[in-house]
Amino acid sequence: MRLYLVVARGGFRRYTTYRVATAAGVFTNTVFGVIVAYTYIALWEQRPHLGGYDQSQALTYVWVSQALLMTVNMFGGGFADELVERIRTGDIAIDLYRPADLQLWWLSADLGRALFHFLGRGAIPLAFGALVFDLALPADAATWLAFLVAVLFGVVVSFALRFLVALSAFWLLDGAGVSSLVSIAGLFFSGMLLPLNAFPGLLGEVARALPWSSLLQIPADVLMGRHRGWGLLGAYGFQLGWAAALLGAGRLLQSAAVRRVVVQGG
Amino acid sequence: MVAARPPAPGAWSAYRMIAGMWIRSTLTYRASFALMLCANFLVTAFDFVVIALMFSQVRSLGGYSFAEVAFLYGTSTTAFGLTNALLGSIDKLGARIRDGTLDTLLVRPVPVLAQVAADRFGLQRLGRLLQGVMVLAGSLVALDVHWTVLKAALVPVMLLSGTALFCAVFVAGAAFQFWAQDAAEVQSAFTYGGQTLLQYPPTVFAKDMVRGVTFVLPLAFVNWLPGLYVLGRPYPLGVPQWLAFAPPLVAAGCLALAGLAWRTGVRAYRSTGS
Repeated sequence: MRLYLVVARGGFRRYTTYRVATAAGVFTNTVFGVIVAYTYIALWEQRPHLGGYDQSQALTYVWVSQALLMTVNMFGGGFADELVERIRTGDIAIDLYRPADLQLWWLSADLGRALFHFLGRGAIPLAFGALVFDLALPADAATWLAFLVAVLFGVVVSFALRFLVALSAFWLLDGAGVSSLVSIAGLFFSGMLLPLNAFPGLLGEVARALPWSSLLQIPADVLMGRHRGWGLLGAYGFQLGWAAALLGAGRLLQSAAVRRVVVQGG
Repeated sequence: MVAARPPAPGAWSAYRMIAGMWIRSTLTYRASFALMLCANFLVTAFDFVVIALMFSQVRSLGGYSFAEVAFLYGTSTTAFGLTNALLGSIDKLGARIRDGTLDTLLVRPVPVLAQVAADRFGLQRLGRLLQGVMVLAGSLVALDVHWTVLKAALVPVMLLSGTALFCAVFVAGAAFQFWAQDAAEVQSAFTYGGQTLLQYPPTVFAKDMVRGVTFVLPLAFVNWLPGLYVLGRPYPLGVPQWLAFAPPLVAAGCLALAGLAWRTGVRAYRSTGS
C-alpha cells in the first residue's frame, strides 16, 4: 500500500514541474469554456429546460466539463501513450519484474496525475466560470464531497478503459489507431460535446448506459444535486460496477499479455 | 579548395521531401493508418455532430438556420483543415526547443520553418479537410441564397484567404513558443478555439468577443464577414459591407506580421545546450 502511495505522489509531483504548461492549459480551458458557454446560452434560449437543465445548470455543466477534461482524461491518452511506448520498445519487461502489480502501479500514478490536474487545471476555470456566468453550484459541503467521490470513481473508470487500450499494444505493437478510436468514443459518450441528457431518444439512453457517462455526466449531475440519497448510491453503484468490470477485464488481458512477453537479451 | 556543393533546396521542395518521407513512413503500418484516418475524420466530425444534435432540438441558433450554420462550419473547417494539413506539426515546436532537437534543424541548409512544418506530416490530417469540404458542399446545396457571380466567386476566395489567416495564426503562435516553450496550449486557444468560435454565427457571442476577433485577432475575416455577405445577413457591430472583400488583404498583412514574428523568434532562440 505504501508503495502505491509513493507512486501516486510521484505521479502528482511529475506534473508540478510543468508550471507554464499548466497555466497555458488553464487559459485554453477558460477560452473554450467561454465559447461553449455562449453556444449553450443560445441553445437553452431556444429550448429552456432541454435535458431537464435550466440555463444556469447547463452553464454549470460547461464549466464542470472544462474542469474535468484533463482530470478524467476525456481525450484519452495520458499514461496510456507511455505504456504503449514501453510495450513497443520492450521496456515493459522491466516493469513486469518489479515487485509491484502492473495495473495497480499505473493506477496509482494516474490517480496522482488526476489530482494534480484537478487542482491545477480544474479549479481556476471553474472559479472563472462561476464569477462570469450565473452557475448553479451547491452551497453545502456535503454535495461538494459527494462530487469529489464521483470524480474519483470517474478517474478509475477512465483509467480502466485506457489500460485496456494500452494493453492491446501487446498484440498490435502500434497502438495509435485503436487508442485514437477509443478516445473518440470517450469524447462523444462522456458528454464532453453535449450533456448526455440532451441527446435525443435511444442515442441518449445508450450513451447514459455506457461506461463513459461515469467520467463527466455523473459527477456533474452529482454536483448539481440531481442524485441524492438512494439516487446517489445508484450513481456510485453504476460507476463502481463499470470500474470493477473494466479493471477485471484489464487483469485478464494483462495475464494473457504477460505470457506473450519474450525478453530479448542485450 | 572548397568542394562543390549541390545548391540547398528551397523551402517548398524541402517541405515536399520531408512530407513525402513521413507519408511513406505512415503507410508502413497500413491498418493503423486507416484507423487513424477514420479517427481524424470522426473526431473532427463530432464538432458537426454536436451542431446536428443541437438542431435536432431547435430550429434556429442565434437566429440562423441549420444550413446557414453548416455553411459557416464548412468554410471555417475547410480553411482550418488545409492549414492543419500544411502546418499541423508546427505547434510541436516547443517540444523541439525543450529537447534540443531544433538545433539539428538549424544547421541544415534548408529553411527551418519548412522543416518544422513538414515534420511528422500526417496524411490522416486530411480527415478534417475532407469532412469540412463535405459539410460545405452539403450546405451549398441546402442554402436558400440568391446566388450572384460575386457571391459565388467569394466562396473560393474566402477559403484560400481563410487558410492563409489560420496559417498566420499558427506561425505567430509557433514564434511565441521561442519565448514560452511550454505554452503550446495557449496557441490551441487561438487556433482550435478560433476555429470552434467561427463555426457558430456571431449573434451567439458577446459583443466584446466579436469585437476581439474582428479588430484584434482578425479571425472574423476567415468566414464571418465574407460569409454573412454570401448569406445576405446583417453585419455584426455595424461594420461596412465592403469588408466582405477584404480577407485577401487582411490575410496578406497577417502573414507578413507572422513572418516577422517568426524571424524575430529564430534570432532570439538559444539552444538548451545539452
